[in-house]
Amino acid sequence: MVSEQEVYRGILDLDWRRRPKDSYRILFIYLIMIVSAVVFLLPLFWMVTTSLKTQAEVYVFPPTFFPETFRWQNFPEGWTYESMQWTRWLVNTLTITTAVMVGTLISATLCGYGFARISFPGRDVWFIMVLASIMLPSTVTLIPLFVGFHRVGWLDTFLPLTVPAFFGGGAFNIFLMRQFFKGIPIELEEAALIDGAGRLRILWQIFVPLSGPVIATTSVFTFQAVWNDYFGPLIFLTSQENYTLALGITFFKGLYNTQIPYMMAMSFLMVIPMIIVFFFAQKLMIRGVILSGIKA
Amino acid sequence: MNSRMRNTVQGYLFISPVVLGLLIFTIGPMLTSFYMSFTKFPLLRAPEWIGLRNYIVMFTSDKNFWQACKVTLIYAGTSVPLGLVGAFVLALLLNQRVKGIAFFRTSFYMPAIVPAIASLILWGWLMNRDYGLINAILVRLGFSKFSFFAEPETALASMVMMSLWGVGAGMIIYLAGLQGIPESLYEAGKLDGANELQLFRNITIPMMTPTIFFNLVMGMIAASQTFMNAFVLTSGGPLKSTYFYNLMLYERAFNWTQMGMASAMAWFLLFVVLVLTLLVFRSSALWVFYEAEVK
Repeated sequence: MVSEQEVYRGILDLDWRRRPKDSYRILFIYLIMIVSAVVFLLPLFWMVTTSLKTQAEVYVFPPTFFPETFRWQNFPEGWTYESMQWTRWLVNTLTITTAVMVGTLISATLCGYGFARISFPGRDVWFIMVLASIMLPSTVTLIPLFVGFHRVGWLDTFLPLTVPAFFGGGAFNIFLMRQFFKGIPIELEEAALIDGAGRLRILWQIFVPLSGPVIATTSVFTFQAVWNDYFGPLIFLTSQENYTLALGITFFKGLYNTQIPYMMAMSFLMVIPMIIVFFFAQKLMIRGVILSGIKA
Repeated sequence: MNSRMRNTVQGYLFISPVVLGLLIFTIGPMLTSFYMSFTKFPLLRAPEWIGLRNYIVMFTSDKNFWQACKVTLIYAGTSVPLGLVGAFVLALLLNQRVKGIAFFRTSFYMPAIVPAIASLILWGWLMNRDYGLINAILVRLGFSKFSFFAEPETALASMVMMSLWGVGAGMIIYLAGLQGIPESLYEAGKLDGANELQLFRNITIPMMTPTIFFNLVMGMIAASQTFMNAFVLTSGGPLKSTYFYNLMLYERAFNWTQMGMASAMAWFLLFVVLVLTLLVFRSSALWVFYEAEVK
């Protein structure tokens, strides 16, 4: 089998071991790839170009490719448009994201270590249950959770969105941590155990410092997931001042469906952090995607 | 305390967050939801046991239910295979290693990082019948304008088309799979005089079946829960042509506060997903190739 390292190198650093020599074929490949690249990138370009047009220019057919004048004011104007509370929604989204990331990292590290490094009866059964929960349609638990959160008075607070992260931090993250911890040489741990170090100290002083990559992958994935989450906030948050960005955009659409440039501007603002994360953590993101797809 | 006991205690302490989490946020609610599915439960009053009535109403007298099943099934049955083929073809292209691959890889993957809500807003506009970019291109090429989300005949198909924009994540997974095929297999094949098509059919495809299989299962499960598309873009219309199962469930639960009925729908979905997954797993013996079997 090809090692994991080689797979990454193949994807990211591109060795040329099987570079085609036939020039017609290369031409053909380029042709298809250029057309596909246009198809994939044009919508994003359209989001940006629309966000810079005037309201009038948007309703022209056939549409102009570039804005007649670049209307940068759309961004600040959309941000403070009428009853919109974008600053508030951004703060809410960041608050939830931070809480979920903290909870996920703490609890997924603990659980991942338990599953990877301690052998005890019932461990595998629980691990299989963790994995199986990935496949469970979320609606099966939705209604009792809603009723439960309603009973304890948590509806319209951030608690339903953040507290569960402290209880495991998501099956996929536990899985990632476990896989990573399994790869750490046992000698390191045994020496520490013989010296009388407790498990928590071993985890904190030996495992965590070695786990930079997996912690980063988990963080990036969690950030992405919370930033994009729509269903959770939709169900559990009701008052406008508690909205997240994702809810804010739909709210905007519901009220001002025709304010296309503002809507595109706000949507684009929501994309920007993802683009930044992508360019800084491309390898981590891709690594996570790969692990989600082939290792299970 | 002997070391076995100590390990057990410590082990459970370490995994206690997820054990509690599963009990409180998954298993408990699942069982409660199963109970609720046999009740009439308008949220503000206590659940009232009505036996199988929710299920009977769902299967026999609610026309929307079968429409929702049909819409979801068509969507899953088209968007998942198309997305799979699209992602696979792109991965094959990227695997050719011509110069500039990094640019193409980034371009194909880019849409996958766009938050779903932003991408829906964008596609709603791109597919706008009167002012959308896609119709501008169609008109320019000499076709007539397409209705997209505005007509019952085309709304669901438009959603399938839209879903293909996000195949980037799948593509990366397949690319990783392709990179994982040992070069020696191809070399051995070439020595035996196999042409490229034969290499593809007899090495690439079999070696990729586990990846394809996994993505097929996960893709079907995800597609069966499609919600946002319809909720944000069409509200299930026109004429219920995009009335997805989870949209109906959402309406039952949160617009009509029929918590019992919504729970019954959730359990039926779980049942269908389980059956389909089992079928795919069963069939996998026929077409999925695992290396270990040969050794």
